[in-house]
Amino acid sequence: MAYYDEQDLNRFSEIGNHKPELFEKFMAWYQACQEEGALTRREKSLIGLAVAHAIQCPYCIDSYSQSCLESGSNLEQMTEAIHMASAIRGGASLIHGLQAHNSVNKVSM
Amino acid sequence: MTSLPVLNPNFPFAATSFDDMLAAHDMKLRARSVETLQINVGKLCNQACKHCHVDASPLRTEIMTKETVELVIDAIRRFRFHTVDITGGAPELNPSFRYLVGEARVLGSHVIVRHNLTVMFEPGQFDLPDFFREHGVEVVSSLPYFLEERTDAQRGRGVFQKSIEALRRLNVVGYGIEGSNLILSLVYNPVGAFLPPPQASIEADFKRELQARYGVTFNQLYTITNMPIKRFLDYLRRSGNEERYLRKLVEAFNPRAVEGLMCRSLVSVDWTGRLYDCDFNQMLELGVDPELPQSLVDFDPEKFAARRIMTGAHCFGCTAGSGSSCGGSLLS
Repeated sequence: MAYYDEQDLNRFSEIGNHKPELFEKFMAWYQACQEEGALTRREKSLIGLAVAHAIQCPYCIDSYSQSCLESGSNLEQMTEAIHMASAIRGGASLIHGLQAHNSVNKVSM
Repeated sequence: MTSLPVLNPNFPFAATSFDDMLAAHDMKLRARSVETLQINVGKLCNQACKHCHVDASPLRTEIMTKETVELVIDAIRRFRFHTVDITGGAPELNPSFRYLVGEARVLGSHVIVRHNLTVMFEPGQFDLPDFFREHGVEVVSSLPYFLEERTDAQRGRGVFQKSIEALRRLNVVGYGIEGSNLILSLVYNPVGAFLPPPQASIEADFKRELQARYGVTFNQLYTITNMPIKRFLDYLRRSGNEERYLRKLVEAFNPRAVEGLMCRSLVSVDWTGRLYDCDFNQMLELGVDPELPQSLVDFDPEKFAARRIMTGAHCFGCTAGSGSSCGGSLLS
């Protein structure tokens, strides 16, 4: 069995076969988040793409790549968003280096 | 001539045909008037774009004869179409093109020419900007993106730079310049298997980027959805995108887009004089309702005004999302 199957994206709603009331609440919230508001659809799609890379979800990466194209972003802009996510992830790891330094310093003369 | 694929009437995964989808929304597709005569003067083109629903190219020989052009002009004279929309191929390559434009203008029609920009650099075509200006033609030109790589990927190597030079020449004679009344519209269509972005949003990008990068201006941008017909359908199949793209079109069906569909206000005529509900049906050889006259010679505005529109699976392309037409997005 493959762990990730492209076709599963179209089967997302099957999650609602069990505990449908929870899935319905999730979908209402998810869809409300997608609506254009203080942020444009294009900005929201780029945020979605960046987060998808940060959490490394292949379904989300596929879905938000399409969403970015269909809201008018190009590959240069999408790549900048991906770098933002990656840089913050990298920075988050790196700043924990201070924890290591603190730990070492605590037991060092 | 290449042999290109044709869609099944029902998409393999779709429970319904386009007509069934309309029925599910309590709708029927009928014309409401015939304001525009869209004339396809032939399939000859100096380009061979990867998404072309006409399968036009320099190798095509189907071209409207002078005799048929005379029949078209006679129809314009008798029925006084508000708008005459001339397309191809590259319509300028038809030897009777300038005659047709001149006569249609004399008869009072608003004339739109679907001009691919690069044809301006073909022999005998250098004066096209002046010709368009002198006849007050509305110019509608494809430029799928404001970046060279994307445009050339769809339309062929070198097309972008030539297109920019052609746009500059159109600007020089007044096209796309505010206050000139010479309308230059650009057409965005996705370079791949995805839907166009909202028209207003991508138009702002085009205006900003074309001005900043190349000093080019234009009036408006039309977004048009790629139709799963001929070369684009062939691309979808070869790239493994067919089912996904077609599913996207069906799932994005927007009943609000039906009202403004272009087939409801135009009739399309091919290079032989045969009639269709739109240029897409023309390329699929799906004629008008069999109970109606099939040829422009027998056209009757009363019979056509409220005619039943012939549909197929490709029609989902015009109703997806914000809708799509030769005049761009149907909804804001």
